[in-house]
Amino acid sequence: MKGFRDWYWLVLAALLVAISLVAVATGAVAVPLGNILDALRGRGDPTAIAIVRDLRFPRVVLGALVGAGLGASGAALQGALRNPLAEPYLLGVSGGAAVGAVIAFALGATSDAVITLASFVGGIAAVFVALAVARVGGRSTRADMRTLLIAGVIVGAFANAAIMVALANASPNNIRGALWWMMGSAVDATWTRAGWLALSLLLAGGALVYFAREIDVLSLGEDAAASLGVDVERAGRRAFLLSALIAAATVAAAGLIGFVGLVVPHIARAMGLRAHRPLILASALVAATLVVAADLAARTVDAPTELPLGAITALLGVPFFLIQLRRIT
Amino acid sequence: MIAVTDLVVSYPRARGNAVDGVTFAAERGRLTALAGPNGSGKSSIVKALLRRADTPRGTATINGTDVRTLSHVELARSLAVVPQREDAAFPAQVREYVALGRYPHLGLWRSPSREDEIAVDEALHHAGVEDLALRDTDALSGGEWQRVRIARALAQKALALVLDEPTTFLDVAHEMAIFELLYSLSRAGLAVLLVSHQLNLVARFADSMVLLDHGKVAIRGTPAEVMRADRLESIYDWPVVVSRDPAVGAPSLVPLRRPMQLPHPKQSDQT
Repeated sequence: MKGFRDWYWLVLAALLVAISLVAVATGAVAVPLGNILDALRGRGDPTAIAIVRDLRFPRVVLGALVGAGLGASGAALQGALRNPLAEPYLLGVSGGAAVGAVIAFALGATSDAVITLASFVGGIAAVFVALAVARVGGRSTRADMRTLLIAGVIVGAFANAAIMVALANASPNNIRGALWWMMGSAVDATWTRAGWLALSLLLAGGALVYFAREIDVLSLGEDAAASLGVDVERAGRRAFLLSALIAAATVAAAGLIGFVGLVVPHIARAMGLRAHRPLILASALVAATLVVAADLAARTVDAPTELPLGAITALLGVPFFLIQLRRIT
Repeated sequence: MIAVTDLVVSYPRARGNAVDGVTFAAERGRLTALAGPNGSGKSSIVKALLRRADTPRGTATINGTDVRTLSHVELARSLAVVPQREDAAFPAQVREYVALGRYPHLGLWRSPSREDEIAVDEALHHAGVEDLALRDTDALSGGEWQRVRIARALAQKALALVLDEPTTFLDVAHEMAIFELLYSLSRAGLAVLLVSHQLNLVARFADSMVLLDHGKVAIRGTPAEVMRADRLESIYDWPVVVSRDPAVGAPSLVPLRRPMQLPHPKQSDQT
């Protein structure tokens, strides 16, 4: 296995900056790369200033934050659950968040803030339900990690059924809104939205990085981790909750964007990273780059039609995932 | 020193206690073996030492301190355990893997000091896996993997070491090598508690044996005291003879045959 070298960080960061600049420059109205900085400072063509400041830049930032969140959350979860196929949405977060949002839609909510909040609350609620299910279904009062994973999948399935029921009586307009949201999109990016996501990412992601070494030990298995001085139940629950919190925040900000959290940690591992502190950070960087690129594709490939971002990441993620599966098995 | 006193381990929704009033000690400088049939409570005792089982009665102590009063990290500094099963979810380089044994000393943020590096080097050396340091854990043979896991436990620099069936799946040479390693670790001053089904090897290496049956201590003592055909026969519910091995002089158990009568399978109708 080749080792990860320090200068890789520079390359990863440079890639993110480069793709972000291209994304800000590209669109119906092209803004030359050289003018972006001026536009950000409020100089030059007023149209360019408006496009860069209010439309493209927040969208790129939101995309990068969503990607970073999904990458970090996926890397931490795969380690803590000791499962290379774990991903943020498996925990029932996505289903719960979708239920929250769809209920808000079905009740006729149109306010962006209400829908965002509803989906965040739904996602977090689903995680707690999954934790409770795992406790009931587990062999003891301790929620073991495998049961937790299964519980997450079950809660997600239940949530999907609930969505179908809720949508059965919804108006076509609401159905379209809910569908669009379930396919994921950064089109509604605002600075407020990006700000909230950045804040939750900073707190929960920071905590994940802080506890990363615990995840290294957890990934050895429960008995081995216990013998090395980790409180397995508490550490596992903590990694689970922090990852879920980040996932719920990204879902609330941009809907469901699949496969990023599943695939990207494998890319980071393929670069030679094993310890979870650098692994989480690198996954965040790579995933941010990929989501910004996918979002660029979503709005340019079939312009002026917007393709759903979640569909693009899934289209890219599935083949990659299959290659990975071959290598794992 | 590892000591359990009148220890009871019970699992929720299980009938009876997995461990039911067990008392024994594994002293420093000695190799103590814990044996007994499947389900006799051996692994439950290991779990109780790690505080991963409910112990409604009795105590498990390390150097006189109840494990329940220690923090998880304090416990890991005084007791190193090589669990029965362990399948790493993701492969790692052997040296990095062994270095995880320093976690109880490093905590979440401290970066490894010279002392930590030396502890890892010594652990690799003592377990005889220095040559594997740069390999990946998923590229190891069964015997190498067991030695690497022991190296990780040694890197903890605890004075008490517990191993739960460390020689399962190993061939004769690798199994002997592990027993020799554990013996010399005990002679180097560690308290080594070995859970094993290999009664004959245990009888040759261990200073004392504890034989469990249905969660209770059936016999305890030196190998010569424990390796008695009448007792072993009733504990394992199988006819055995115990003789003195002419080559090495240790008590040696030979299970006898108890042939089974199965009905002849009926020929299927073929036309």
